[in-house]
Amino acid sequence: MSQQFADGSGGGAPDADTARVDPGFLALPLREMARSALDAARRLGADHADFRAERIREQTIRLRDAQLDGVSDSAQAGICVRVVHEGTWGFAAGVVQTPEAAARLAEQAVQVARVSRPVNVEPVALAPEPSYGERTWVSAYETDPFDVPDTEKLALLTAWSRRLLAAEGVDHVDAQLHAVKENKFYADVHGTTTIQQRVRVHPRLEAVTVDAAGVHGTPGAFESMRTLAPPAGRGWEYLTGAGGWDWDAELDALPGLLAEKLAAPSVEAGVYDLVIDPSNLWLTIHESVGHATELDRALGYEAAYAGTSFATLDRLGTLKYGSAAMNVTGDRTVEHGLATIGYDDEGVATQRWDIVKDGVLAGYQLDRRTARLKGLHGGRSNGCAFADSPGHAPIQRMANVSLQPAPGGPSTEELIGRVARGLYIVGDKSWSIDMQRYNFQFTGQRAYLIEDGRLAGQVRDFAYQATTTDFWGSMEAVGGPQTYRLGGAFNCGKGQPGQIAPVSHGTPSALFRGVRILNTVQEAGR
Amino acid sequence: MTGHGTHTGAHSAQDVAQRALELSRADGAVVLVDESSTANLRWANNTLTTNGVAAGRTVTVISTVAGAQGTAAGVLARSGVDLDGVEDLVRASERAARDAGPAEDAQPLAGPADNPDSGAAWDQPPAGTSIDVFASFAPALGEAFDAARSAGRLLFGFAEHTVTTTYLATSAGLRLKHDQPEGRLELNAKSPDFARSAWAGAHTRDFADVDVVRLGDQLAQRLDWQKRRIELPAGRYETLLPPSAVADLLIVMLWVASARDAADGRTVFSAPPDSGGPAGTKVGTRLGGQGLRIWSDPHAPGIQSAPFAVAHRSTSSSSVFDNGLPVASRDWVRDGVLERLVTTRQSAAATGLPLTAGADNLLMDGGGRATLEEMARGTERGLLLTCLWYIREVDERSLLLTGLTRDGVYLVEGGEVSGVVNNFRFNESPVDLLGRIAEAGRPEACLPREWNDYFMRAHVPALRIGDFNMSSVSQAS
Repeated sequence: MSQQFADGSGGGAPDADTARVDPGFLALPLREMARSALDAARRLGADHADFRAERIREQTIRLRDAQLDGVSDSAQAGICVRVVHEGTWGFAAGVVQTPEAAARLAEQAVQVARVSRPVNVEPVALAPEPSYGERTWVSAYETDPFDVPDTEKLALLTAWSRRLLAAEGVDHVDAQLHAVKENKFYADVHGTTTIQQRVRVHPRLEAVTVDAAGVHGTPGAFESMRTLAPPAGRGWEYLTGAGGWDWDAELDALPGLLAEKLAAPSVEAGVYDLVIDPSNLWLTIHESVGHATELDRALGYEAAYAGTSFATLDRLGTLKYGSAAMNVTGDRTVEHGLATIGYDDEGVATQRWDIVKDGVLAGYQLDRRTARLKGLHGGRSNGCAFADSPGHAPIQRMANVSLQPAPGGPSTEELIGRVARGLYIVGDKSWSIDMQRYNFQFTGQRAYLIEDGRLAGQVRDFAYQATTTDFWGSMEAVGGPQTYRLGGAFNCGKGQPGQIAPVSHGTPSALFRGVRILNTVQEAGR
Repeated sequence: MTGHGTHTGAHSAQDVAQRALELSRADGAVVLVDESSTANLRWANNTLTTNGVAAGRTVTVISTVAGAQGTAAGVLARSGVDLDGVEDLVRASERAARDAGPAEDAQPLAGPADNPDSGAAWDQPPAGTSIDVFASFAPALGEAFDAARSAGRLLFGFAEHTVTTTYLATSAGLRLKHDQPEGRLELNAKSPDFARSAWAGAHTRDFADVDVVRLGDQLAQRLDWQKRRIELPAGRYETLLPPSAVADLLIVMLWVASARDAADGRTVFSAPPDSGGPAGTKVGTRLGGQGLRIWSDPHAPGIQSAPFAVAHRSTSSSSVFDNGLPVASRDWVRDGVLERLVTTRQSAAATGLPLTAGADNLLMDGGGRATLEEMARGTERGLLLTCLWYIREVDERSLLLTGLTRDGVYLVEGGEVSGVVNNFRFNESPVDLLGRIAEAGRPEACLPREWNDYFMRAHVPALRIGDFNMSSVSQAS
């Protein structure tokens, strides 16, 4: 199934997509609230106003050693109004969903703008965007996870947990399913109205082994290993084998991989060539390319919190980000991507564009304000505004930022075959990067020593540490499309007040030369 | 607190909680009603960038259902619920409980006999805040912008005030209320080329005690210190960690202090078999020097927190069944020895350790009384940090953490700041650091830079560490 765009019916008979939108959300007086809020904002002299109504359902099911640890189910619903009044932002949000409450929020938003006006010296202006009338968009999924009985979800997670616990050497198993269903209604004074619905799921299991007797070293030492299945913009089918992930294969292999990790030698610190699997490299892309190419960061809007970026605007078109093999796109349209949607939270139709082309910085992620400020992307936003709840104003958030594979490029095995001494790193775990996105350090779920082009068993206690442009400059080759996979996360944090955003990153396997590897036991001084 | 925030419902929180309990057909029920209001200002480059106010109500219903195998719990939370939405929420919670199967942490729900404060404040209305909390702060911020602009500096930052009132009711008759005001200010000054950067943070309950102009002046002095730049390589350095940095490291330690996880052999607080630690934990093990105390206290002045357990879901260190139980002051480390780990009633019974609620604030005292400036004056050669950033766990076995220094690393020579040093990536374990404290200063209120989105109530000293591991150099400024 692919995402579908549909022209709205203007309040008439529902079209195909509208029929898939949660009827409980559609039953709200959405258009009446929008009209009331936007009329009030206009009456009070707002230059721009937009209204959102949202409902976000979330469910988390957690099991510990095949016993239920907790089920929590929440629904957050509310409305908000954002205005530009005399060149200053104003934003107000509330939970009462009536036209009268919407009008009051518009008044509050204008009042917030007035209180803030004395400390605003940079008038807000927004990049133009066509008016789309009324549109409906629904993400690509088969089965709404909130339509599946909890008993069925619990039964599957319990069976998976028991299967792992039954394996030799597995002492503990944590299992978790996180599911989200997001409904957004947006309307602005320029005539765009959108109704959208997204579904995403993240199942994960982690197995722990404890070496109580110290067979492989210190008594009481332990190791853990987590499934690699990434979170996805899919429904319940993702867990039942119809959603692109082979759970049986992963659960069958996990205990053996964990046992091998416990018995593995500690890595020798030094400089290695790395072949990095998509299950690990997505996070490195996220931190060192995704965040570094957000224009609000590059302009300093995040300077006191998330930080700025070494990829400053004056280096657009000249900064050598990486090797010629590096081609990165921003994309909010890819099927099953976590940042994928039809229209952003400023009414901008979503797009795909170049961020790094042949190793050179080629573009940024934009919202309407930053697009207008610097005139990039033809003076039009590329649709990266997002608010994580009706209680928050939209800020520029990350698109699905992805490293492109090489057409006809090598397999992962062929990349490994090019390495005389190196590591093959699989799965994400620990991550950290500095406030200008230069210096980073990552670990993984497992790493294999490569000797003369072949895997020679796991090593443990590894971390790789590098500077962004050195690292991407050392990328000798990317794998072909057959190695390409989407990774991602539900909870990318940014902004104050803090907001989280779901985002995916596609990447092939890739080969890097001469990267520093740390031994984390030595780093701990032990 | 500056009066009531935005309208959140036609009926009071108490009425909603009461109705939920009346409608319940489960064997037991807990209702949590959180009324919250918040206002914020954000600025960059000496001008406002975003702002906002919001108010909301979240109702959480926990239904418990007894069965042959044990008692199950269903937890449902919804925002914006008023009386007419309560029944749907209660029924959904009951369905979830019936579908869930036995909960491992099941215990009897708390009643008035379990908490003597029951009913005392129940009838009081919720506290709230509004944009007016910044009525005097916003003009002062404007003055700070003017001063920065005229001196060629840029100011960035964020101010937020939030008030959350929690009403907790159980079917066993417990009725509790808690107001939690919380404010924070982060101020960051930079040179126009962004090459120099300084930061200050403050935690406040009402913004009445925040002097943004004074903080701006302090940052101006720090930027002056940065006019001389010194490049230093990675390595182990004598390092002065300010209270904000100390809090950020210790908060992670408290977050992994689950007795249950330790007893399962999977945290830094797990003891090797046959080591004699209770229930396979390191409780009773020396972590630091004599006189070192780390504790949490709901009544600590300026950083008060809820004096009863509030659990919106069960985890390895909290249980929805324990909602409303009294929370008292508890020592995590006493006289340098690990005293407590976090337990629920269930994990306390399973491990034999005392019932101990998780940390909602953080206090530390190492016996020293010197200010950070005095500690710097007593330094022959060392690094003086401002704060830490992007702290993440690298290895759960040692609780090795990595992260960055940020917004000013100063070289102190002969008791004087001689210039600013490049930033570093560190790799250190807070548990290991406790055993390597060369000096602890006077405990001070601070704002943890890294974790203040989640944890901002801290009162800890600066620390001198003789050999802090700066693993590599960061080019970031």
